[in-house]
Amino acid sequence: MRFERREHRPLYLLIVTPIIAVIAALALSGILIAIAGAPVLDAYWRILIGAFGSRLSATETLTRATPLMLTGLAAAVAFRARLWNIGAEGQFYLGAIAVAAASSKLLGDLPAPILIPLLLLIGAFAGMVLILIPLWLRLRFSVDEVVTSLLLNFIAVLFVSMLIDGVLKDPLAFGWPQSQSVSDHAMLPKLIARSRLHIGFAIAIGLAVVVHFVQSRTVFGMQSRAAGLNPTGAIFAGVPLGRTLVKVACLSGGLAGLAGAIEVMGVKGYVTTDLSPGFGYAGIVVAMLANLNPLGVVFAAIFTATMFVGADGMSRGLGIPTYIADVTVALSLLTMLIALFFTQYRIRR
Amino acid sequence: MMQLFDIIASAGLWAAILRIATPLIFGTLGALLCERAGVLNLGIEGIMTFGAMIGWLSVYHGADLWTGLLIAGIAGGVFGLLHASLTVTLGLSQHVSGLGVTLFASSFSYYVFRLIVPLANTPPTIVPFRPIDIPGLSTLPFIGPAFFTQTAPTYLAIIIALLMAYIIFRTPVGLAIRMTGENPHAAEAQGVNPMKVRYGAVIAGSALMGMGGAFLTLSAFNSFFPTMVQGRGWICIALVVFASWRPGRALFGALLFAFFDAFQLRLQTALSGLVPYQLFLMTPYILSIAALAVMARRARVPQALMQPYRRGER
Repeated sequence: MRFERREHRPLYLLIVTPIIAVIAALALSGILIAIAGAPVLDAYWRILIGAFGSRLSATETLTRATPLMLTGLAAAVAFRARLWNIGAEGQFYLGAIAVAAASSKLLGDLPAPILIPLLLLIGAFAGMVLILIPLWLRLRFSVDEVVTSLLLNFIAVLFVSMLIDGVLKDPLAFGWPQSQSVSDHAMLPKLIARSRLHIGFAIAIGLAVVVHFVQSRTVFGMQSRAAGLNPTGAIFAGVPLGRTLVKVACLSGGLAGLAGAIEVMGVKGYVTTDLSPGFGYAGIVVAMLANLNPLGVVFAAIFTATMFVGADGMSRGLGIPTYIADVTVALSLLTMLIALFFTQYRIRR
Repeated sequence: MMQLFDIIASAGLWAAILRIATPLIFGTLGALLCERAGVLNLGIEGIMTFGAMIGWLSVYHGADLWTGLLIAGIAGGVFGLLHASLTVTLGLSQHVSGLGVTLFASSFSYYVFRLIVPLANTPPTIVPFRPIDIPGLSTLPFIGPAFFTQTAPTYLAIIIALLMAYIIFRTPVGLAIRMTGENPHAAEAQGVNPMKVRYGAVIAGSALMGMGGAFLTLSAFNSFFPTMVQGRGWICIALVVFASWRPGRALFGALLFAFFDAFQLRLQTALSGLVPYQLFLMTPYILSIAALAVMARRARVPQALMQPYRRGER
């Protein structure tokens, strides 16, 4: 058995691929559900009902998809330029804590129309600062950024833990380590009344469209793609590799920081060290499921959020551990990798 | 100052260093073996988690400790097989495949654990490996309690490190591994099958990772809890660079790292209340990054690391 590179990839294959990958992942985790002794189809039906069965659950699923879209975009833009930013989790937390700090210590009195955009920028900026450390180490010392950006996640969460245990601690939280709340008028307006769905959802979709436009229509988009496809070739073609990577990193870290800012200002209002149930890591899967396409990220994030939100109800009903959602999402990354391979190669005997 | 000296002069510190270093030695050697053959294995964090879980679970269900360790090694090897299929046969991005393996292996561990052990306030425990007093040596003053009263897997880790150094630099198998990591095309011309070498190295390396994880539940602690690996896998990846891909230096690097870790733990108790404890917890990660920055330039990376090998394709 040998693999042969395909001459051209039919369009239908690129559209069908993610669907096949997701079905394969669902089938595989179906085996795990069956082993646990639960009816598989009923379990998936309950997940779907749990995620979209009522107005409340549907808005909850979209609320959960919002940070995933942003961390997914963060991974997608970086991976496309072959910048392995695995630090979205840390950038998320830094964005979140920057917003809490700025709102409670400095800017809380500003009127909402100025305060909200300003805080969003501050959150994005904090994420950018964090990713520039691994990038600097890569450009200056040629250290692979995977491990450095990952280790910074642990450092960032400990840093946040230190702040919410110290200077930013909320004195009204009964000794619980929790940051001071952002001021009321820093909270993002609701998109739908009587739900938690906030305007951050629209911002995330808007950014996906903007990123798609930047990547497909601008010089920077072309350069970042060239940097990812063939770094040496890109340098010969006159792409300023270092400068392009800095821009890509800022975009990626900024999106992840913004995800943290939006989660604080849209949902929680304050920061704890469990603000993110792994949004940064799930963003990697979201980006891969979308084949690094910014518009695909929107759908991949909604799929991932569906699994996470729906699994709660399913778990209560059938006694299957909620971790099945994480398993399915991780499996879909692996099946997607294999499916993508077969869009590029065919088997020849 | 006296306090610092007291900490360093205590046998307890040195005994702790070997204990802390053991999972790192297993993990670093495992990652090193994969990378020597040209495959980066970022699945390590997940594989260690799964090893910790399955090793514990086996013993909890009646297997003896050595069988538990063995099962963890086999499970690690299976994940290695998965990673090798994706990266060696299909030639997919080693970065992404490794992350996929990590995400899958760790969530799968939590799933299996929760399925079998229902939520309880106090996690169920097992009887872990007991320290072995090495006759003659363990009674030596200071050195005895510090270095010769460890549990069996710690001694095993040190033996494996020395054995691996011998295999890589002194045997034909080691030569084949090194050639495959440097230049698989040249290796093939010499009659080595780079695919087979890579599969073997990734499976064996991942088995060591699984055993490193199992040390946590079978020797260092006596129960399993999620997130217990706590980034040790990533630290191992950093230690491989620090060790310049040499098993002997990997052993040294893991011990050095464990020294700082054990030291900060004790300093943390000595200075509690004065300095936020989170600063101490950060030090292992900061040290890893610093080690990478210092060593990355000087280290000679296996030239074919992260390059997929396809016959007749360059």
